[in-house]
Amino acid sequence: MERLTPAEPLIELDGVSKWFGAFQVLRDVSLRVAEGERIVICGPSGSGKSTLIRCINRLEEHQEGRVVFAGRELGADTAGLTEVRREIGMVFQEFNLFPHLTVLENCMLGPVRVLGMSPADARERAMEFLGRVRIPEQAGKHPAQLSGGQQQRAAIARSLCMRPRVMLFDEPTSALDPVMIKEVLDVMNDLAESGMTMIVVTHEMGFARTVADRVAFMDEGSIVECLPPDRFFTSPADERTKRFLSQIL
Amino acid sequence: MDAAVLSAAVLALGYVFHRVDTVLEYRWDWSAIPNSLYRWDEETGRWVPNLLMQGFFTTVRLAILSMIPAALFGAVFGVLRTAGRLFPRLLSRTYVELIRNIPPLVFIFIFYFFISSQIMPVLGVEDFVRGASPATLRSLELVFGPAALIPNVISGVICLAMFQGAYMTEIVRAGIQSIPKTQTEAGLSIGLSRWELWRRVILPQALRRVIPPLAGQFITLVKDSSILSLISIQELTFLAMETAVSTTRVFEVWITVAGLYFCLCYLLSLAFGRLERSAAAARA
Ligand SMILES: Nc1ncnc2c1ncn2[C@@H]1O[C@H](COP(=O)(O)OP(=O)(O)OP(=O)(O)O)[C@@H](O)[C@H]1O
Ligand SMILES: [Mg+2]
Repeated sequence: MERLTPAEPLIELDGVSKWFGAFQVLRDVSLRVAEGERIVICGPSGSGKSTLIRCINRLEEHQEGRVVFAGRELGADTAGLTEVRREIGMVFQEFNLFPHLTVLENCMLGPVRVLGMSPADARERAMEFLGRVRIPEQAGKHPAQLSGGQQQRAAIARSLCMRPRVMLFDEPTSALDPVMIKEVLDVMNDLAESGMTMIVVTHEMGFARTVADRVAFMDEGSIVECLPPDRFFTSPADERTKRFLSQIL
Repeated sequence: MDAAVLSAAVLALGYVFHRVDTVLEYRWDWSAIPNSLYRWDEETGRWVPNLLMQGFFTTVRLAILSMIPAALFGAVFGVLRTAGRLFPRLLSRTYVELIRNIPPLVFIFIFYFFISSQIMPVLGVEDFVRGASPATLRSLELVFGPAALIPNVISGVICLAMFQGAYMTEIVRAGIQSIPKTQTEAGLSIGLSRWELWRRVILPQALRRVIPPLAGQFITLVKDSSILSLISIQELTFLAMETAVSTTRVFEVWITVAGLYFCLCYLLSLAFGRLERSAAAARA
């Protein structure tokens, strides 16, 4: 891992644009995220939030602008891409655990197959993170046997087992019941306290208020504004942000 | 309900037999059947399979032997069909479309001519069999049946495998494509390489979905092997035609043959059903 000077962001999006066919999903988006920073992204459905964070680990390809992770620009070079991806954890709305593997095996897959760890070491690490997300007793079960909240925490543990430098969350609680939402948010709070760099797409404004360093509002493919939560919630500049907040709060 | 349907079927069948018996005055004579299944061999003093059972065993051999390359074709072309690059996709597509849009019989006539006149000499199968030591010959006979028929059986196997492989290709493709894209995304996001993703995430899940339809296709393969009779592969249907002619008991012979096919396929489907259930139980 190369050292970053404080001025150098861990993630830099610079003038990123993307089209799906003729439809422009991202319009000249720029965002700099420093190591240890926690960003919450919100905005109406279809505004391009998912697409934006999926560009960061290149699950989506952008057509214009630059996406830079830890000084490495993401491009068509796929060999470098898997190296970048192992340092970027991602948590999906629908968990996307591997259904044919147990929770423990889900967590061990990356460390063994990508990092080349011995199964014994990988198991130890997996149990450590399953403990941190508070489901060590579920290790031997298959994902289908778990509640939604437990599955999402397992998915978080699976990502953490790669010891990523940043965690991306795409609406991690949108598919969950209120009780389960709290379980997952508690885990994400712990993670934030441990100093993890996080980019979270969510409509949980309570989480944004307490955890985020900055909250970004997206509309029609652009970041309309990106402010610290106290200012974001009390004095947003843009009309669209105000309207969105009045609807959601 | 089931009982009603079943008894109706039995009644209908009885009626047909009755009509055949009375109206056509067909005289049932099953006496030739046992002998065409097994005959007493004077020389060795043992019961040996006669034409029908020989054909039956050849059919079983054909089925088992062609299953392996058919599944292989299915696996390889099925995977190519889902490839990212255009060329492998096109290649596999051509194979499937060619076979699916030509009547099996026509395909087999063309292909058989090609195999037996071009490929078999190149492979040198006949020479190999002729020059084989008694020990190798014995093991060859165990797998392929009587030595004289080995080239014949191999041609049949290749034909059947090519043509069944196309259907298996489609099954494999559907199995792979049924794995949601989100699984790929989850795998990529933990940094798995394309190969590891394929090997650890896609393949194990696709296999589970593909095995039941593949088992069904295997049973179809057994039944379809009967069209090989038309290229003189000496399997059950081919030898049944001979037996029907030589014994003149057309009805009896074909009913016996239908029974043999039914037993084989029904046993297979029972076996696959059991296999599936135990696999499901092992997973739960
Ligand atoms: N693969 C795709 N092909 C074409 N259009 C797409 C594709 N993926 C997303 N889009 C479109 O791009 C726009 C932005 O999608 P995106 O999923 O990024 O929005 P979002 O802000 O995450 O919305 P939500 O809150 O509903 O998740 C939407 O209008 C969507 O229909
Ligand atoms: Mg989304």
